[in-house]
Amino acid sequence: MVEFAGYEMPLQFAGIMAEHNACRTGAALFDVSHMGQAEIADTAAFERLVPSDITGLKPGRQRYTLLLNTSGGIIDDLMVANFGGRVVAVLNAGRKAVDVAHMRAHGVAVTPRFERALLALQGPKAVEIFPEGGALKFMDAAELTVEGIALTVTRSGYTGEDGFEIGCEAEYAEHLAGLLLARGAVPAGLGARDSLRLEAGLPLYGNDIGEDTNPVEAGLGFALSKKRLETAGFIGAAAVKAALEKGTARKLVGIKLEGRAPARAHAEVRASGAHVGEVTSGVFAPTLGAPIALAYVHTDFSAPGTALELLVRDKPLTGTVTILPFIPHNYAR
Amino acid sequence: MTRIYFSEDHEWVSVDADGLATIGITDHAQQALGDIVFVELPAPGRNVAPKEAVAVVESVKAASDVYAPLTGMVVEHNEALTKDPALINQEPEGTAWLFKLRLSDAGELTGLLDRAGYDAFLASAS
Repeated sequence: MVEFAGYEMPLQFAGIMAEHNACRTGAALFDVSHMGQAEIADTAAFERLVPSDITGLKPGRQRYTLLLNTSGGIIDDLMVANFGGRVVAVLNAGRKAVDVAHMRAHGVAVTPRFERALLALQGPKAVEIFPEGGALKFMDAAELTVEGIALTVTRSGYTGEDGFEIGCEAEYAEHLAGLLLARGAVPAGLGARDSLRLEAGLPLYGNDIGEDTNPVEAGLGFALSKKRLETAGFIGAAAVKAALEKGTARKLVGIKLEGRAPARAHAEVRASGAHVGEVTSGVFAPTLGAPIALAYVHTDFSAPGTALELLVRDKPLTGTVTILPFIPHNYAR
Repeated sequence: MTRIYFSEDHEWVSVDADGLATIGITDHAQQALGDIVFVELPAPGRNVAPKEAVAVVESVKAASDVYAPLTGMVVEHNEALTKDPALINQEPEGTAWLFKLRLSDAGELTGLLDRAGYDAFLASAS
């Protein structure tokens, strides 16, 4: 067990490798109840805080978006789902209090439902284990009832695999988890969650993105709605538009390393001996059998194929800028 | 006859009659680390002192230093681990030894724990 964002979390059950592989080949179950669910009553007000089209988010759909500060920095990255009558955001554990305070400060009516549980069932066999969600496609959202338990279900996740995130009242979470495990899901912890998301090229708030990074340099341009940029009707719009027009001095890139030694967060990145950046996340990628990293590097050294040196214990390791994701996403589109 | 000692840094030391010490990490240590994916071992000929970081063992999640439990000179490291670091998860207190030291002062061994002492240390730490 490890402490994460104020929660006691399992780092691993059977082992990170076994859990990681279970998710890539079968189905893994993560308890991600530390993440904060919050109901947003006023999407028009909420939309002024994010660069994505939220008022246009149709019932039954989910979208990834960002809370931005006036400098275009990322206050949090989050999923927003429209369950017909209700719009629900899923917030990072370490940011949920900040997010709610930010929303309220800007007049957004938001109801925290942090007591609700959230289970992530992830992997190519997720739909065999949870056929109740089989009608959903990637980024669809629906309210379902399974064994009498009211669920909020989205077909999405944080592993690069097909799968579901399933919310319910906390008192039913144990029963729901037991049901999914009995159907063959493998329990998995934070360790595998991190190695899976890194292989999938997905940033982790606090490591790879934060208040001092903007969506353009973080490679999150897909979260920027063209329509919303045109009207500039959101906090941070001017900074984001400037970053898009002028480019950014640095970019978040994927790096694949030679050998077996991982470069961890804060390792220095060099090119021909000169400092060009810093690693923000690094792991030994179980599926690739090689170390990988995410790093901010000077834009001149961000093109795929660029050779870089990563300093680990004062020794340079050889790496190459690699197109993200490191392994292809396997979503049910 | 060989005797086995343990350190509070979770290393084991097996000393043969000639004063050659074989050093590895304990089963407890490999369990705590999880799947080991990389090791960095000290080069033969290197002189090491107690509490000096001499090797690195990395799991998927994190890197961990291995300290020299005793003063001496490295005479050999376990090349097999470089190719297959996961051996440490399989036989941490056997074939997956890390390095061998020619001890400078066998008297330092009195500062280490025996099996019962190490087990008691683990019980008190948990």
